[in-house]
Amino acid sequence: MRTKNTIIFSLISTFFLIFLISIWKILATLQGLNIQNFNLQIIFILGFLISLAHLTISDKIRNFYKSILFSLIFVICDGYLIQQLPLWYNIGVFLILYFFVNQIKKYNFDNLKEEHSTQVIFFDFLTLFGILFFSFVILFPFYMMLVTSFKTQMALLVNPLDFSINFGQDFKDLFKSYFVIFKSYKFGKYILTSTIVSLGTVIITLLFAIPAAYAIARLNFFGRTFLSTSILIIYMFPAIVLVIPLYTVFSQLGLRNSIEGLLIVYTATTLPVAIYMLQGYFKSIPKELEEAAILDKLSWFGIIFKIIIPLSIPAISSVALYVFMIAWNEFLFSLMFLDNPNSFTLSRAIQYLSGDAETPRQYLMAGSVVVTLPVLFIFVYFEKYLVSGLTAGSVKG
Amino acid sequence: MKDTLSNTERKTAYILTLPAVCLVFAVILFPIFANIWISFKEVELKDIRIPEPRAKKIVKSISGDPTKIKILYKLRNSSLIQEIRDVSFQDKFPKNFKTEELDSRCEFKKYILKCKFGNWPEKYRENFQVVFETDDGSKIDNKKLKSIKPKLDGKSDNILLNTNFTLKNFKKVLFENEFVDLLLTTFYYTFFGTVGSIIFGILTAQMVNQKFYGRTFMRSVLLFPYVAPVVALAYTWELLLDPTSGTLNSLLINYQIIETPINLLGQKYVEINILGFDFKLRLALTTVIMFEIWRYFPLAFLFILARLQAIPKELYEAADVDGASPFQKFFKITLPQITAVISILFMIRFIWNFNKFEDVFLLTGGASGTRTLPINVYQQGFAISDIGMGSAVSMVIVVLLLMFMFFYFKLLGKRVDEN
Repeated sequence: MRTKNTIIFSLISTFFLIFLISIWKILATLQGLNIQNFNLQIIFILGFLISLAHLTISDKIRNFYKSILFSLIFVICDGYLIQQLPLWYNIGVFLILYFFVNQIKKYNFDNLKEEHSTQVIFFDFLTLFGILFFSFVILFPFYMMLVTSFKTQMALLVNPLDFSINFGQDFKDLFKSYFVIFKSYKFGKYILTSTIVSLGTVIITLLFAIPAAYAIARLNFFGRTFLSTSILIIYMFPAIVLVIPLYTVFSQLGLRNSIEGLLIVYTATTLPVAIYMLQGYFKSIPKELEEAAILDKLSWFGIIFKIIIPLSIPAISSVALYVFMIAWNEFLFSLMFLDNPNSFTLSRAIQYLSGDAETPRQYLMAGSVVVTLPVLFIFVYFEKYLVSGLTAGSVKG
Repeated sequence: MKDTLSNTERKTAYILTLPAVCLVFAVILFPIFANIWISFKEVELKDIRIPEPRAKKIVKSISGDPTKIKILYKLRNSSLIQEIRDVSFQDKFPKNFKTEELDSRCEFKKYILKCKFGNWPEKYRENFQVVFETDDGSKIDNKKLKSIKPKLDGKSDNILLNTNFTLKNFKKVLFENEFVDLLLTTFYYTFFGTVGSIIFGILTAQMVNQKFYGRTFMRSVLLFPYVAPVVALAYTWELLLDPTSGTLNSLLINYQIIETPINLLGQKYVEINILGFDFKLRLALTTVIMFEIWRYFPLAFLFILARLQAIPKELYEAADVDGASPFQKFFKITLPQITAVISILFMIRFIWNFNKFEDVFLLTGGASGTRTLPINVYQQGFAISDIGMGSAVSMVIVVLLLMFMFFYFKLLGKRVDEN
């Protein structure tokens, strides 16, 4: 039993180590280092031996020295296999090994004997692996987007794997793609259009949604339940079904290629979710406040402006941010309704840019960074509000 | 007293909800009905423009006589398919003009030339000319004459409003050879995308539900693909997967894992040999599904995490006392607690993925076996310019969707009954 658990532990931890080192090697390759082999067999043997050695040495020497010792052995073996790599690569390997040995230090022969110990180990490492794996898988495309926007076409052609950024170069050269898209491709104008459309959508949506949500949350009227259920059904309806009729009607009314047209469509498509989110919050506001206000002969509009809105600032900001992000990210309608470059939104402009096969990819990526950054910034900064919005809104996209 | 209060309450409610209801009706409900209407019509993109009568005015001097002038109107019907009825024509002239002979359809009164041209069939063209001379013998200013534009008016049917219906579109959509393939592709895309995102959602939620350093940061990062604009993400992926200079292929070749680059987004099939069985994997479709999973698992993650955090800790403590293994805890406690959330997520994502347009459009444009129903709507309606066909395809989507929704709400209703 002990031998079996020891082997399982060593195998699991070794695979984890292989994963760590492989990711490091991929990242190092993308900095232009010439690494052509993962040397998986060697890493496997080394990792296995380190795990076993860790178990046998156990507490005989202090953990700190043990970590240093194992890491150094690994770095020397690895450095011997792939020679002529810069110091930073080896320091990275050292730190990974140090992290790894620290992760396995809590396991010893004693707790390997416990019931379910292999499952516990498996889940522990699965969690660790998952955290790193998902961080890598998610952040890698964003990283590539950012890094590519700083490269030049020439550099990418010479070595498609070298994404190292030379920070020593001139500021203007480093940000060249950004200067180009703003100067030659009028991205400043597109940012303005996108901002106007998104902010406009937020304002009109709130203007329409707050009264409607209040009525659904509080007032008794014929059709109230019908309205509140149909909101959700309408929200599930796909945009692709609306596209053709709206296109024909907008063409005949001359609303295509206009900000007004986009505003109308965006507002209508975000209204259901805005109403749904707001009415849920309004219901949680104590009724006594309004009853007092009615006794004071405050009108319904007075109640909304003086009581409901001040009390639901968190919910309203959450809806506002959420609607802003939907409008900013929207692509389908801007593709259908805008074909004049003068009225493009950012998303549509990037798609237009990519339609030209001659467009260098770093411009495309610079544009992508420009459209992504505001959203990610808003998201990270207001995460608390937005997460509740996402859960309540639940389905958009 | 009470009655009047509830009366005002009702009135206020209607006033408050009216703007929102009207807008949603105009932009969402009306188009759905309009879609049914259009799908039974033969309409092309070019028919949408309303036909109008046009006239081009050409002023010709008559040599040797500056007091006379010939004016040629090139008249035409702008539409190639529709007639215009009761075309009327008007043009103004200076006050010293007179004309001798005039077309029987026209009259010249108060220095205004008025004509009634009757009906113009489609593609109609006519060159119509009038000769004028000044009654006081003064010279004619050609430029001034040219600057005055004639006014034309006429009645025409809006092709969208007439009552010619046909079943042609639906016949074409449903009995085309590709229809089954289209449905299958859409189904694969929807089903595997949904299932994949839920599986990844469970894994990540389970992960983040444990305590570790940087947990809040991790939660933000996991939501990045969901909140970032699809355009930026799709092009980044395209760049990563590009066969000639994409990062992924370059890496794989660099490590000698493959010899020739794989066109992950442009190759329809790849042959795979597993245990001696050859089978074809739809490569581009698989890649697109991977993108979809990558982009939408955060939503599943968020929902499942919220549910996991609501599970009482006592359940796990009791399980520990009973000596349950981590696997048992997951399958016997966690999974039953999240099945309700998962079933709702499945339906929501299924419906949304079924209608997903942007992702596939930006990645492959529907090429190499990734043509789903929503992509077909776009291709029929705008690439082939057959609006009627596009509408018919979207009607197919609506019908299938209504079926899903029926199941969804039935399921939801059941769940409410159980609680």
